[in-house]
Amino acid sequence: MSAVEASGEPEPDRPVPRRLLTARGLGDRLFRYQLTATGLAVLTVMAAVGLFLLLRAAQALRVRGWKFLTTAAWQPDVHNFGIAAVLTGTLLIAAVAVTISVPLAVGTALFISHVAPRRLRRTLVTMVDLMAAVPSVVYGLWGLFFLQQHVIGLSRWLSDWLGWIPLFTVDGTRPGEPLASESVYTASTFVAGIVVALMVAPIQCSVMREVFAQAPAGEREGAYALGATRWGMIRAVVLPYGKGGIIGGTMLGLGRALGETIAVYLIISPVFVIQPHILQTGSNSVSSLIALHYGDASTFGMSALMAAGLALFLLTLAVNFTASSIVARSRSGAQSEA
Amino acid sequence: MTVVEETGLTSGRGEKTGVRADADGPAADAPGAELPDRPRRIGGVSRSGVLSLAGAAVSGLCVAVLLFGELAPFSGALGFTVTAYAAFLAIYAVLTGLEEDREAVRDRVMTVVLWTAAVLLFAALALVVGFTAWRGREALPHGNFFTQDMQAAGPLDPLSHGGIAHAMLGTLIMITIALAITVPLGLACAVYLNQIPGRFSRFVRTIVEAMTALPSIVAGLMVYAVWILGLGMQKSGLAAGFAISVMMLPIVIRASDVVLRLVPGTLAEAAEALGAPRWRTVWHVVLPTARSGLATAVILGTARGIGETSPVLLTAGFTAALNGDPTNGPMISLPLAVFTFVRSPEPTMIARGFGAAAVLMGLVLVLFAIARVIGGRGPGHQSKRQARKTAKASRRDEERFTELHAAALQLFDSGSQDDTEQINDSGDSH
Repeated sequence: MSAVEASGEPEPDRPVPRRLLTARGLGDRLFRYQLTATGLAVLTVMAAVGLFLLLRAAQALRVRGWKFLTTAAWQPDVHNFGIAAVLTGTLLIAAVAVTISVPLAVGTALFISHVAPRRLRRTLVTMVDLMAAVPSVVYGLWGLFFLQQHVIGLSRWLSDWLGWIPLFTVDGTRPGEPLASESVYTASTFVAGIVVALMVAPIQCSVMREVFAQAPAGEREGAYALGATRWGMIRAVVLPYGKGGIIGGTMLGLGRALGETIAVYLIISPVFVIQPHILQTGSNSVSSLIALHYGDASTFGMSALMAAGLALFLLTLAVNFTASSIVARSRSGAQSEA
Repeated sequence: MTVVEETGLTSGRGEKTGVRADADGPAADAPGAELPDRPRRIGGVSRSGVLSLAGAAVSGLCVAVLLFGELAPFSGALGFTVTAYAAFLAIYAVLTGLEEDREAVRDRVMTVVLWTAAVLLFAALALVVGFTAWRGREALPHGNFFTQDMQAAGPLDPLSHGGIAHAMLGTLIMITIALAITVPLGLACAVYLNQIPGRFSRFVRTIVEAMTALPSIVAGLMVYAVWILGLGMQKSGLAAGFAISVMMLPIVIRASDVVLRLVPGTLAEAAEALGAPRWRTVWHVVLPTARSGLATAVILGTARGIGETSPVLLTAGFTAALNGDPTNGPMISLPLAVFTFVRSPEPTMIARGFGAAAVLMGLVLVLFAIARVIGGRGPGHQSKRQARKTAKASRRDEERFTELHAAALQLFDSGSQDDTEQINDSGDSH
């Protein structure tokens, strides 16, 4: 029980400010202790993730040292392994995904918050949220059985016309060669990137929409009152206001894209060389490396996988901290939910 | 920033608006440019707008047909669509430009672009969902698909043998374990973040927020490191449940935290002012007010947890048999079953995979629908039943107060003078 008490006898001539005391009853103290203990427990679980990965990875990291970051091969049993190839693959897949998903997500978020007919808005919001909850294995199936065949034309066109950029080169084909084997375009970073893009776009969209919808009505009406068109209003008010949300949403999607396992694993054909050609078959990612090798790993091999997992964990953690600090510092505030 | 130089209220068509804007402003192209005499249309549909849209669409299509069929050596469905769209946008811009100023043209074109982005995203997502459901049609009509496991069915057996009962049971058990851990822990932690502010709780909140995008395979790896390598347990449904909990916990905490923050402070303050201790305030005021939002948070977390494959892949092992014991022996979940089915080259196995994926998707959809029905209302809004219950409770309270009041009046009438003075004294001293 909390109670307010006046303490001491006030002197008759000089008024003394009353001291406010809150006495917490036993129930409340227990309540506080219990809640704090819960907070501590959650923190422990979260810390345990990093700690145990580090503990298990220590053996492998001691053997390889800095070479762990620069080696592309993965042969842990002869102590020749590193994450150069898988990390490059992870970053490339995430980069492709974010490049595709961000324009879609920004456009859709603006559409839902400011362009769509009012009665459609709630439905659209629900649909976006629902899409964010669709299991990643479903996206993986779609990529494997549908997109894989249909994207070859686009991949070929890109490599024909933009093949002079190293990123889009495909070894073993010449521009315009009609008989080139189609299989060199499948199972590539690009295909995996498209699938991951569709997976993260709803998440990004829902964060951005949340922020766009909060753009101050006064400023929006001000823009209209000064004769702005709707797009003029969006450019002058909504986009500057929602910048934090755009960056935060993008980073959040990036975090998800970096950690995606199953969809990527289903699509790519793993290679253990650094593969900078995103259209060419063969790619890799940290998480699919773990999914691929956890079953047949020796004790030392497991330690090496833990080290790879630790690297992925630190990478996503860094991305996330950046995202939340950007969103928190921007004007849009921290109201966006993941 | 825009500058208003003259103020004059304009009410109707045909009056000068009297507003000028500098170059940065959205309103005009150049400093001092006069705005059109008519008020700006923002949104809405006009006849000429529809006509130019339709005209541009038709001509865009014609340009593409011409280019692809007759003039240039282009080919491919995708190229056709892109060319048609580009031509459509250009023609639309020109058509609008015939009767509008530059700002309006830009607005029209961007509106079309935003529509396109949204249609593209929703179409792609509908394609993903629709494709899975369509491919699942082969396996789903078989009743045995839901009642049998894969123990007796080989890869070459037709769809009338075997099913995913073991995976469904596994998913149910794992998610139950995960919910049993995350709901009490997650909600209590969210309450902690809201009710006991301070440096430590801010720190916990930061960590939890950073963990919401924890790669699910890392969660699986952690449980693998602790439970299976560290404690020497075998792969089991329990371990998978733990892995899913680690993944779900930050999601549930974050979503509940957001919901709890929306509970009006006045309600809690009113409870405190009535002398309720903090824990009663939380239990009787804060949590019930946020109930629908909390349910949504938990259900959305569940939807995420059900769909995750990689933590289960690492910790649950693999089995084709029905296993109802989470502490003993390997177990399989729906997403993991999908994953293993589609890696087989056999068409029937792939059909089973799609069937299982469709079931999984249906499950997520149902959970989501429940979440929407429960969580459609903000904090403080009640359903009809809840409203009736509250009304009944306050009627009861009123009766109780009337009785108490009557008793107090009797006391007042029959009590001695000293009693009354004491009451007065205690009232004055504050």
